[in-house]
Amino acid sequence: MIEQKVITKRIGHINPLSIEDFISLDGYAAFKKALSMNRMEVIEQVEKAYLRGRGGAGFPAAVKMIGLAKESGPVKYIIGNADEGEPGNFKDRYLMENDPHQIIEGMLIVAYATRATHGYIYIRGEYDLCISTMKWSIEQATKHGFLGKNIMGSDFSFTIEVRSGAGAYVCGEEFALIESIEGKPGRTRVKPPFPTSRGVFNKPTLINNVETFANIPVIISMGGAAYAKVGTATSTGTKLICLSGNVKNKGVFEIPFGVSIRSVINELGGGAAKGHKLKMVQLGGACGPIIPELMLDMAIDYERFEEFESKTGAGAIIVIDERFNIFEILMKVALFFSHESCGKCVPCREGHIQLIIIIQKFIDRKATSQDLISLESLARVMHQTSLCGLGQTSPTAIISALRYFRDDFIDCIEFHECEENGQL
Amino acid sequence: MLLEDILLKYPPSEEHLIEILLEFQTQKETHYISEEEIAKIASYLHISESRVCSTNSFYSFFSDKPRGKHIIQVCKDIPCYVNDSFNVLETLQKLLGIHVGETTANKKFTLETTSCIGCCDNPPAIRIDGKMYTNLTVDKIKAIIAEYRG
Repeated sequence: MIEQKVITKRIGHINPLSIEDFISLDGYAAFKKALSMNRMEVIEQVEKAYLRGRGGAGFPAAVKMIGLAKESGPVKYIIGNADEGEPGNFKDRYLMENDPHQIIEGMLIVAYATRATHGYIYIRGEYDLCISTMKWSIEQATKHGFLGKNIMGSDFSFTIEVRSGAGAYVCGEEFALIESIEGKPGRTRVKPPFPTSRGVFNKPTLINNVETFANIPVIISMGGAAYAKVGTATSTGTKLICLSGNVKNKGVFEIPFGVSIRSVINELGGGAAKGHKLKMVQLGGACGPIIPELMLDMAIDYERFEEFESKTGAGAIIVIDERFNIFEILMKVALFFSHESCGKCVPCREGHIQLIIIIQKFIDRKATSQDLISLESLARVMHQTSLCGLGQTSPTAIISALRYFRDDFIDCIEFHECEENGQL
Repeated sequence: MLLEDILLKYPPSEEHLIEILLEFQTQKETHYISEEEIAKIASYLHISESRVCSTNSFYSFFSDKPRGKHIIQVCKDIPCYVNDSFNVLETLQKLLGIHVGETTANKKFTLETTSCIGCCDNPPAIRIDGKMYTNLTVDKIKAIIAEYRG
């Protein structure tokens, strides 16, 4: 079995709405252990574990913790990012619906280590069940004395509130999310300053994906060094993978880093569905690269994914079979981002409109070699000049398609040329 | 619940604007906010009306035009798209006799598309009034709509 259940170990064995069930399977034990540790020691364990962000960007979790811990001031925030809008991702939903307390416990440990005072879990508005489950779990944790003032007789106080999104993908971006918590449209801010120095309400703020928080209790329980032995040398621990598309078994699977994409699709997913041939796979979600079948032996780890200059680490694997052509898939991606662009910066707002026009020409088989050049340069410009991660990563699918499916583009152009010259 | 009652549940500060808009537009049968209501919220939160409009127009959940009693959202992203052998959107358009973005004459249904709703493990999927319906077939869609029609 290539699965390794670390943060999903309780799932299926507990009633997610029962804090007693959670506690009976070592729930909140890691938090109690952390409370008996020195604050710096907690951060050191996360550093030794080399835990990297699970939301996509892969930023080292300990660096954010050190940043927040250094900030003085009476009010500091921790935010659990559960604005899971990336198409093909449903792991945060899976975690929140099935083991909500693990996320709360992770946030508590980070809050204790960094002297944070208040927490938010920002959940996308579409996830009604997650919102009610997390609210209920926070209430239960408060009743059991894990949240509130002077927790378990210590000098540490911390509360968590749930905030709901209202249908905006861009709010998964950290500053857009912060603006949204403040009640405003989710438009990003110019960095620096970074959230750890000036975040929500201009106070120091640490934002992590909820899967990242779910790993924290595991690290404290087993120790950072032991945790670092799971996975590969540079990508430690496990990753939740969301397998979807034209594959037999869809769902969330937990695997150690280093497993190949092909084994996830074949061993866990049972291969392409209904006897069709697999044509391509989109990694990470709409913002990720599209790779051909022959690249599937690639290992799932941060270093390999970084080659695509994209935030592909969120964990989606979308399988697409031979019935679909690359241009209709690229169009879906471009339409998605055109709708979700916040409109603040020009490359992203105007760029997507132009991308759609050019891709439509390829779909209609009316594209010229000039269109190919325009597409290539526009995608590069958007990647390099957009203000936030949305516009920087949205051209990834196009850039990767131009690299791995170039023949499809050339065929299309040659067809049009022949048609123009009356050769057809 | 009246807008006034909802407002009183929240402290009068801008950070609660999205929560107020969400609660109000979910409860209101026509799921939208009128000019008078925008003015009321702005005055309660001590912010300008344009700030309320700006947030209201930014998020897909909100509207400044009346919508049907039930809002049907159809996922249009890749994991659903590659598993949608019968075309969910067209099936619904035919069944309801409206196009996407429109409301039925009896004000019962509004048909919208939505970005991925995270049901990629059971596609294709739609969301009606906050409830997810997954693994759809033509017959299943017909049964769901019949149930809402009552």
